[in-house]
Amino acid sequence: MLPVWEALREKFPGRVRPLEAPSELQLCIRLDNADAREVVHYLRTQQEARLVSVFAEDRVAAENVFYNYYLFERRGDPCYLILQAPIPPDQPRFPSLAAELPAVNWQEREIQDWFGLEALGHPNPRRVALHDNWPDVHPLRKDFPLDQVLPPFEGQRHAYRPTLGEGVFQVPVGPVHAGTIEPGHFNFAVAGEPILYLQLRMFYTHKGTEKLFEHLPIHRAVFLAESISGDSSFSHGTAFCQAIERAAEIEVPFLAQIMRTILLELERIYNHVADIGAIATDVGFVVANAHAGRLREMVVQLNEELAGNRLLRGFVCVGGVRRYWLPRQVETLAKTLNVFGREFQELVAIIKTFDSTRYWLDGTGFLHPDKARALGIVGVSGRASGVDLDVRRDHPYAAYDCVQFQVPVYDGGDVWHRTQVRIDEVRQSFAIIGAAIPHLFDGPHRAPAQHVPPGRCALSAVEGWRGEILHWVRTGRGNCLERCKIKDPSINNWPALVEAVQGNIIADFPVINKSFNLSYSGTDR
Amino acid sequence: MFKILQKTLQTGIVTAPYPEVAPPLSEHFRGRPAFDLEKWRDARPAAEVCPTGAIALSDSYDSRQVTIDYGRCVFCGQCAEVSIDGAVQVTREFELAALDRRDLIITAEYALHSDGTQRQLTAVHTGDGAGAAGELGRKLAEDVHRILGRSLAIREVDAGSCNGCELEIIALNNPVHDIERFGIHFVASPRHADMLLVTGPVTRNMELALRKTYDAAPEPKVVVAAGACGISGGIFGTNYATRGGVDQTIPVDVFIPGCPPRPEALLYGILLAVGRLGQRMRSRWPN
Repeated sequence: MLPVWEALREKFPGRVRPLEAPSELQLCIRLDNADAREVVHYLRTQQEARLVSVFAEDRVAAENVFYNYYLFERRGDPCYLILQAPIPPDQPRFPSLAAELPAVNWQEREIQDWFGLEALGHPNPRRVALHDNWPDVHPLRKDFPLDQVLPPFEGQRHAYRPTLGEGVFQVPVGPVHAGTIEPGHFNFAVAGEPILYLQLRMFYTHKGTEKLFEHLPIHRAVFLAESISGDSSFSHGTAFCQAIERAAEIEVPFLAQIMRTILLELERIYNHVADIGAIATDVGFVVANAHAGRLREMVVQLNEELAGNRLLRGFVCVGGVRRYWLPRQVETLAKTLNVFGREFQELVAIIKTFDSTRYWLDGTGFLHPDKARALGIVGVSGRASGVDLDVRRDHPYAAYDCVQFQVPVYDGGDVWHRTQVRIDEVRQSFAIIGAAIPHLFDGPHRAPAQHVPPGRCALSAVEGWRGEILHWVRTGRGNCLERCKIKDPSINNWPALVEAVQGNIIADFPVINKSFNLSYSGTDR
Repeated sequence: MFKILQKTLQTGIVTAPYPEVAPPLSEHFRGRPAFDLEKWRDARPAAEVCPTGAIALSDSYDSRQVTIDYGRCVFCGQCAEVSIDGAVQVTREFELAALDRRDLIITAEYALHSDGTQRQLTAVHTGDGAGAAGELGRKLAEDVHRILGRSLAIREVDAGSCNGCELEIIALNNPVHDIERFGIHFVASPRHADMLLVTGPVTRNMELALRKTYDAAPEPKVVVAAGACGISGGIFGTNYATRGGVDQTIPVDVFIPGCPPRPEALLYGILLAVGRLGQRMRSRWPN
């Protein structure tokens, strides 16, 4: 990002300045709140940088200021660029980018709701993170107590756009859904069977997670990170620990990095296999799901053997991992993977044998690559629509710089291609683990416990099985955090679902939704 | 078609015969931490590392009350790691479901040395729900057949969970756990349900939906709260956005500890709830 910094300094002389010495991981630059729109536009259009996330921080008590952060990355550069824009508390406003950049639509509104900072010029400034019937509170402000008791709800939860036209109907679904899935409210406008548009109401599972991070000592907060999204426990846990390790400059032993890499890939495998099965079920191919369920069970049992928990909880820790593996455990890992690899090929063969499956999935839930790029779609859904992003390759962490793998990218954009990306990724994960196993040698698996100094900021990114997970922390006194920003890939990707269902019949919604398989809890936090 | 048939025949039966036979647990599986209360010399390190406050201390100047709440425990095993005298051990027990919230709580009182270590155990309070777990499971499996004529309909409600519990509930339907062999199935509407299986913590935004779902289920019904968050709010506890455990919103019959509870633990809790449902049906129709 150093050339970008040079270009910025030339283009905006005196208006940008570096905050700290740049590291190979991040470059922090301060700019004026009023310049944000111009600088962001320049970076996006002239420097081909991608705006990864926008988030805020309340520093009123400490520095009498709010900060907005704009996080950028650029292809081929492992360093992230972080722009920090101070916002004075007596003018709680910032220029909105959403009209030009739909990807930040929800993120800016989240800042409005949680910090009470107004996104000036936002095309749709309604609430997103707090429901309409919440009182006028801003939970992430420091003067808002975590355990504040709020008055009972008043008024309507959410007003949907009206559904007009002859023969056009609304189909409201949720928040309690028919299957064993998480809660959220969908409002379909349908004309006959085809869906005209879909409106979403999320944040039913909002649990005050980011606020809670500011109240837990770091060693407990690791467990909170594992509970952001249960199916990504290990990815979120690792992302959090990495952020702390970077803030405190803790050197993680190589063995731990290898073990983390293996477990991150196992998490990807068990979720992808379950999704492949679930997609098959949603087109009536139950036998394939039975085999997929069996394979998933094989992997979660392996998880238990390696980490003591089927969902890999309670294994990662700040400084490494909590236990090392005995030779017997590594043997089980290798053996199980062998069987799994063979069975997985058979599963894929079964699914691909049937033209009816392919027929149903082909073209269903199509997300155009241009749309995907404009909406900032990441992860599996992005890669199926031509968005070539993968944190493992672009910003290597754990031991990903020591293993070879390919990132599958397709332009197809439909359910079939999202399935195909998963199939390819399971094979790649398989190869990654295979390449990592020989590196499991004797050695320390955990850096000695260390004091975490206050006032340090650090960013950490992990490619969870769904996509790009970000944790940004500012450390505080007494082994606590001042702020922990969490970005689950789901928050990027919900708008993709809205796009992809249009024109499809409502009966195909379950399979389209499954092909994205977004985390409600990760979105709502 | 032939390929599928061939694969099915090759695979054979994979269903685990739980609860008749104990499941093949990994030796590394972390189940219930067991406390040797007599031997325990210092509860402070365990309370310090416990992420959810499942081990909590209340000290006065020469005595200490230690509360161990399995309804908060996330089974991380750190309490055992910091126990130098081996008074805390991680076991592989997972059949922990209880009919009474109090059965999940142990309170121990100690007299203290001047340095804050525990001199002597003076009193222990536990619920009285402890029983022969495996035995009970087998009996309950028979009950499902007798009471419900091989049919129990469960409506799962996620009232705010992180989706970890959902993954394990979904796993109950896979061929390995195959909950349908008991005639238990998951239904799409509370109006078809005999049982609500609720995960938590109940968020402020899901409270009303949970109440409505409860009201929509016909009597007699039972409610099972699954996971540390469903029982007590877990690591999220109670805050501006959450109401804590499910029992703060609707009455709960069975509590299943775990983070998340493994499928066998869920199955055990569900079977326990069937017994409760049987009682309720008998009281309505005595014959």
